[in-house]
Amino acid sequence: MDHLDELENQSVFILREAYKKFKNLAMLWSIGKDSTVLLWLARKAFFGQCPIPLVHIDTSYKIPKMIEYRDKIAKEWGVTLVVGQNKKALDEGMNHAKGRIVCCEALKTQGLQQIMEDKGYTGLILGIRRDEEGTRAKERYFSPRDKNFEWNFKDQPPELWDQFKTTFAEGTHIRIHPLLHWTELNVWEYIDREKIPIIDLYFSNAEGKRYRSLGCAPCTFPIDSQARTVPEIIEELKSTTVSERSGRAQDQENTYAMQKLRARGYM
Amino acid sequence: MNDTVQLSNLSTKLMRLVIVGHVDHGKSTLVGRLLADTDSLAKGKMQFVQDICDRQGKVFEFAFLLDALEEEQEQGITIDTSQIFFKTRKRSYVIIDAPGHKEFLKNMVTGAANAEAAFLLIDAFEGVQEQSRRHGYILKLLGLTQVAVVVNKMDMVKYDPEVYYRIKAEFSSFLNPLGIEPRMFIPISAKLGVNVARRGDEMPWYKGPTILEMADQFEKRPPQDHLPFRMPVQDIYKFDPRRIVAGRVESGKVRVGDKVVFSPSNKTGVVKTIEGWSVPTPPAEACSSQSVGFTLTEQLFVERGEIVSLADQPLPIVSTTFDANVFWMGKRRLEKERNYTLKLTTQEVVCEIVGFRKVIDASTLETLGDQDYLVKNDVAELTIKTRQPVVFDQFGVIAETGRFVLVDDYDVCGGGIITTYSPTAKKDKLRDEVRLRDFHWAASKITPDQRAYRNGHRAALILLTGKAGVGKAVLAQLLEEKLFHNNFQSYLLDGRNVRLGVGADMDNDRYFGDGEAVRRFGEVAKLFLDAGHVVISTSNTFNQEDHSDIRMLAEPSPVVEILISDQPRTHGEVDIVLTPEEAGKKSETVNKIYNYLKDKKILVGHNYSI
Ligand SMILES: Nc1nc2c(ncn2[C@@H]2O[C@H](COP(=O)(O)OP(=O)(O)OP(=O)(O)O)[C@@H](O)[C@H]2O)c(=O)[nH]1
Ligand SMILES: [Mg+2]
Repeated sequence: MDHLDELENQSVFILREAYKKFKNLAMLWSIGKDSTVLLWLARKAFFGQCPIPLVHIDTSYKIPKMIEYRDKIAKEWGVTLVVGQNKKALDEGMNHAKGRIVCCEALKTQGLQQIMEDKGYTGLILGIRRDEEGTRAKERYFSPRDKNFEWNFKDQPPELWDQFKTTFAEGTHIRIHPLLHWTELNVWEYIDREKIPIIDLYFSNAEGKRYRSLGCAPCTFPIDSQARTVPEIIEELKSTTVSERSGRAQDQENTYAMQKLRARGYM
Repeated sequence: MNDTVQLSNLSTKLMRLVIVGHVDHGKSTLVGRLLADTDSLAKGKMQFVQDICDRQGKVFEFAFLLDALEEEQEQGITIDTSQIFFKTRKRSYVIIDAPGHKEFLKNMVTGAANAEAAFLLIDAFEGVQEQSRRHGYILKLLGLTQVAVVVNKMDMVKYDPEVYYRIKAEFSSFLNPLGIEPRMFIPISAKLGVNVARRGDEMPWYKGPTILEMADQFEKRPPQDHLPFRMPVQDIYKFDPRRIVAGRVESGKVRVGDKVVFSPSNKTGVVKTIEGWSVPTPPAEACSSQSVGFTLTEQLFVERGEIVSLADQPLPIVSTTFDANVFWMGKRRLEKERNYTLKLTTQEVVCEIVGFRKVIDASTLETLGDQDYLVKNDVAELTIKTRQPVVFDQFGVIAETGRFVLVDDYDVCGGGIITTYSPTAKKDKLRDEVRLRDFHWAASKITPDQRAYRNGHRAALILLTGKAGVGKAVLAQLLEEKLFHNNFQSYLLDGRNVRLGVGADMDNDRYFGDGEAVRRFGEVAKLFLDAGHVVISTSNTFNQEDHSDIRMLAEPSPVVEILISDQPRTHGEVDIVLTPEEAGKKSETVNKIYNYLKDKKILVGHNYSI
């Protein structure tokens, strides 16, 4: 077994635990590389199927190509797609000009909260990774969120020997993070090995720019890059010291922006 | 932001290191230093931390590279474990920075349980402290004995070798009796970067490795392929015509065509395929730490929680009682007469603590008198009893199937390793006997189904229970006759007859004293059941517990229990309760039992006519 096999096997184990333990389970699909790898791993875990519905939170500001890709893959792979949107906030004119953090909270966090209440999901699978930023480095594989959707990062349950927190009080839910132990480079190496079809926004365009991380059009900026293929991206990543989320404006709002967002239920 | 450099798959295997030790002894500073001095940080990260320190009016804190939470930075303390990726020229690492404060022991355990080697840090100025010792003990309990001790803040004691040697002597005499022989004692200054990534000239008297050199010397835990095969069943999938048994191989290997045993059900089967999706060729074998799924040549009803092993290898243990070493992290005490959920591999059973053999203050190794409860942060040797049998190995034999957690309410509150198991309880011995017998049973070419078709009934054991003198014997005889006259194979097995022949080699004391009467009776009944009969049993000498032993010996044949008593039923397994008065109306009662057996599809009727 090489390192990618180890990562894959651990993720498959976690996905199967989640599927067994949560009657009402959903998986967040942001269309980006991580959650698409997650979807691929689910098909590995369940021998070709993805028996877990995929939830996409549509802020309406997504890069249009993302929606196109989403619907194409969903159809080809025969997955159940549930789209959530905070219509009320959009009707009231919410956008990033009102403040990036405010906007993320309304359209993403609350959008997610609404669909979870609607559908009664008690378990939510997300593709976050420890190497993304400091608070994610402290996450658990199975991470409880309270009635108000909040993350009590100061008092997390112990997690040892792959015995996860799968029991919880009424009204609360569990976030499940099967990709926690992967790095950005691992994700690309796996995409390369498995030949996973990835949205082409990640590849360098005519202007010599590519997205390293995908989000809403107004708050996500492409980087200068000549990488046009997966192996070229892998080569590029091996030599860069620039962080993955540096093109994500909400992270840079202030020192503890991500902690605040995530404590209140952001992904 | 991306905190660390990218790791490549080319550097294949990852080493998992944890840093533990008393609060404020400099763990996070050490990790921060390592990242900074090996150019592992993302662009702008140092400046980012510099800005925070400037705002707080502090000199640069390397610890803030890890302690990302606002609360952590304000108080200069680590609250929760961080896992950071990092690499040397030799290989890749995950460095797990554990918190040192007593309050956060559960987070330290979370970090350490994931590691293969540990650096245990001691502040040269403060010396060995409470958590230094407690963490040492916890490492031992977690089976993490690949340890190097780091004597930090040597700058604060003027790099004095005396201090180093004193700490080395003191801490060795604590760790060695635990079975931890530190690989090295490394004097460093994390803050100034001495002996971390590069050797300084401050301590010419120290000739050993730096932190980085030491890290590269730790050994990876080898794969557990050489051990007996164990795969706890995680789930059964039936998305398509395949019925796939899914799980992770914890140890050993399995191949297509292997004969496997499921415990505790004792069912056996043969592996037909090992399944995979999007793989070039279906795998022919599965090794340890692979999450796999296989199909069997015959459909078996098995469930999550069973452990699969190979028929020609040592079987795992099945029992309801065992001894364990446990550490407790719960806010409430761990105490007797309360129920906890024990989670071991994919098994979940209710358990209680039946004995505290030794309670230890893990920071001093002092035994706490006759205490029969356990408070947060302490450890104990204790005896656990589970409501249903659990399948396990001793921790020293197969670690993955020899450890468990205890859940109180919704949370994991304790962890433990199984130290000893000896089948002293009569029931355990009997269970072991049954398993051995079942696996080596020479099966007839005629299947139970074929016998049932011919006989017009399945094999079953009918137990008539109740006090002496309530009329069991008469009823048993009448029932045997009634079945016989209806062309069924019935046999009344009298305990006295077994005693006279099969038990003739023993005197009464031994025969009735240590369970031999029950065991021999049960085994004889088992033979009749194997032959397809309806066996009717009655004996005044058997009590409730004996009956449950007989049930175990008779498995998997159905057992029907008819209790004659004027007391309400005492346990859940009784099928029919009759008052002595009702039982006195003999032919009515016999008909009632007869109809019950029909309802239960034990008597199904003959499929041929003569
Ligand atoms: N003089 C000196 N100070 C140090 C050294 N290493 C760490 N410190 C200081 O000791 C204090 C505590 O360091 P941390 O790294 O936060 O300690 P820790 O062990 O991670 O603490 P917890 O995680 O809260 O248990 C900080 O103020 C550091 O600057 C050292 O080698 N020399
Ligand atoms: Mg710390």
